[in-house]
Amino acid sequence: MILQSVKMAVDSIFSNKLRSFLTMLGMIIGVVSLVVLVSIVNGATSDVTDSIASMGTNYLMVQVQDDKGNPLTLSEVQALTEKDSVWETAPYAQGNGTIKYERNSESVTLYGTTGAYYDIRGLSLARGRFLKNTDVNQNTFVAVINATAAEELFGRTNVTGETLSIDGYHFTVIGVLEEEESAVGNVSERLEAYIPYTVLSKINGRSRRVESFYVSSEDENSMDLVESEITAYLYERLSGDEDAFSVINSSTIMETMSSVTNTMKWMLGGIAAISLLVGGIGIMNIMLVSVTERTREIGIRKAIGARKQTILIQFLIEALLVSIIGCLIGLLLSVLIVFMINHIGDSVSASLSGDVVMIAVGFSMLIGVVFGIYPAYKAADMRPIEALRYTN
Amino acid sequence: MIKIENLCKTYEVGGEIVKALDYATLQIDDGEFVSIIGPSGSGKSTLMNMIGCLDVADEGAYYLDGAAIEEYSDDQLAGIRNDKIGFVFQNFNLLSKLTAWENVELPLIYQRVAKKEREDRVSDALEQVKLLERKSHKPMELSGGQQQRVAIARALVTNPSIILADEPTGNLDTKTGEEIMELFHALHAKGNTIVLITHDEHVADQAERKIRILDGKVQEVEL
Repeated sequence: MILQSVKMAVDSIFSNKLRSFLTMLGMIIGVVSLVVLVSIVNGATSDVTDSIASMGTNYLMVQVQDDKGNPLTLSEVQALTEKDSVWETAPYAQGNGTIKYERNSESVTLYGTTGAYYDIRGLSLARGRFLKNTDVNQNTFVAVINATAAEELFGRTNVTGETLSIDGYHFTVIGVLEEEESAVGNVSERLEAYIPYTVLSKINGRSRRVESFYVSSEDENSMDLVESEITAYLYERLSGDEDAFSVINSSTIMETMSSVTNTMKWMLGGIAAISLLVGGIGIMNIMLVSVTERTREIGIRKAIGARKQTILIQFLIEALLVSIIGCLIGLLLSVLIVFMINHIGDSVSASLSGDVVMIAVGFSMLIGVVFGIYPAYKAADMRPIEALRYTN
Repeated sequence: MIKIENLCKTYEVGGEIVKALDYATLQIDDGEFVSIIGPSGSGKSTLMNMIGCLDVADEGAYYLDGAAIEEYSDDQLAGIRNDKIGFVFQNFNLLSKLTAWENVELPLIYQRVAKKEREDRVSDALEQVKLLERKSHKPMELSGGQQQRVAIARALVTNPSIILADEPTGNLDTKTGEEIMELFHALHAKGNTIVLITHDEHVADQAERKIRILDGKVQEVEL
C-alpha cells in the first residue's frame, strides 16, 4: 500500500514538473542556505580555534602598561616561579632587525626571551638547543632561528654552529625550530630569531625592564589560581592601579571566540531555517491546490473503498517526497558550493559537518509532515458523494 | 441481500427542505437483476447513494447482507463499499493517470490482496469484459464503451454482493449502450446481483424487476 502511494506520489510529482520544481525550489534554497552558511561559520570557527589552540592554553599573557617609574625587573619576573601555582615565567620583548649571512640579507622578527619560553609556547626544535638561562645571565650572543629563516639565509636547516649577523652583531646559531604549520595550513613565511632577553635589551639600548611576560601554570586546572595570584601581585606591585596592567588568559579568549561563533552559527542557521519554513508554506499551498484539483479522484478512490488513512498517507507521502527531493537537491548543491568555496575562496573556508546535514534532512522531513498534514487531512476528510459530484 | 425499511433523507437546498427519500422500503435478493427508475429529482440518486453506502439516512434502517449500515463509521463504510459493492457510474469515473489494469487493480490493493492473486483476478475481470489486450491503455486512449467496460471490470473484480450501476449507458451511443447491457445480462447469468438506476424505460425494462421511485416514494412494478 505504501509502495503504491509512493508510486502515485512520484507520478503526480512528475506529471506536473514545473509546478513541482518551483515548489521544491523553496526547500532547495532553504537547505542550501542552512548548510552553506553553517559550514562557513564552522570553517571560520575551526580556523580561529586552531590558531588560538596553537598558542597553548595553560599560560597567561601579562602586559604592564604603566610601571609608575618603577619598572618590573627580569629577576622579579623570574622570582614569580617561587609561587606554588606558577610553573614557569618567560619575559619577552619583540623587535625588528636585519639578519645577514654572507650576501643574504633579510628582515627578521626578533624575540628576546628566556629558556622557559620554549616550554610555555610549546615550540619544538629541528636541530640544536633552545636558549638557556646561562645565555640570558651571561649576555651570550646566541640565536635560535626558525626553519624559514634557515632556509632563506642558508638554504638548509643543519646550520647550528654557523655565525650570522643581526643588526651588525654577530650571533652563533644554537638551534633551528621545526617547520611550523600555521592555522590556515601554509608554512609561516616570517623569519624569526630568538635571542636572550638581555641581549635584545642591549641591542635596542633599553634597560632590562620587563613590559610583557608569559606565566604558565602547573596544569590547566590551576590557571584560575595563577591568574588571581599574578593579578594580586601586580596590583600590589603597581601601587594599586588595576589599569596599569593586563592579564590575558588564552582559554578565556577561546571561550569568548567560541561563544561568538556559536551565536553566529545559531543566528545564520535560524535565518536559513526561516527560509525552509517559507519553503514549507509553499508546499502546503501547492498541496492544497492539488487536493482541490483532485477532488474527483479522491471521490472515486473513496467510493471504491479507500479509507481515510489511505488517502491521508497518499497525500502526506506526496508532500514528504517533495520536501525530501528538494532537500536532497539542496544538499547536493551545498556540497558543490562548499567545495567551490574551499577551492576558490582564499580567505573563506567552509567545513561541512554531518550534524548540519542531519539537521537539514530532519528539518525538511518535519516541514514536509507539518505542512503536508493539513492538506492531506482535508483530502482524507472529504465526503465521497460530494467529491464525486465535483466538477472542475 | 438488500433490505431497506422506511428510509428517510432530507436535504436543505437554498433554504428549502427537500425530501429526497420519504419512508422508502424495498428488498432486493441475491442474484436479482433490478432496475430503479424515476425522473430526475425523484430521489433515485439519493437511494443509490444509500444502497452504495456512500451516504447514510436520517431515519429508517438499511441491512446489507444482514448488517445494519447506519451504525457504521466512515471507515467501516469504506470497507463495506470495498468488499460488497461494485460501482459503475454514468461518466465511468476511472482514474485518468492509471492504466486500465491499474484501475481494475485498485480496489484489490485497498483490500490488501496479495500481488499474485491480484494479477489473476484483474486479468480474469478484464477477460470477462473482453478488454485484456487493452490493459496497458489509459482511459483517454479508450473509447467510451471500452472505458465503461473497464469500470465494470473494476466493479466485479472484488466479487461484490451487488453491482450498482448508475445510468451506465447514459453517456454512450445506442449501439454501445446495448453492448454494455448485454454485458450486464451475461454477468447476471453468472449469478451476480445487479441494481441498475436509470431514467430510461427501455433500459429499465430489461431487468427482471422494476422499482419505480417518485418524489422519494417507492412504488414497485413487477414485470
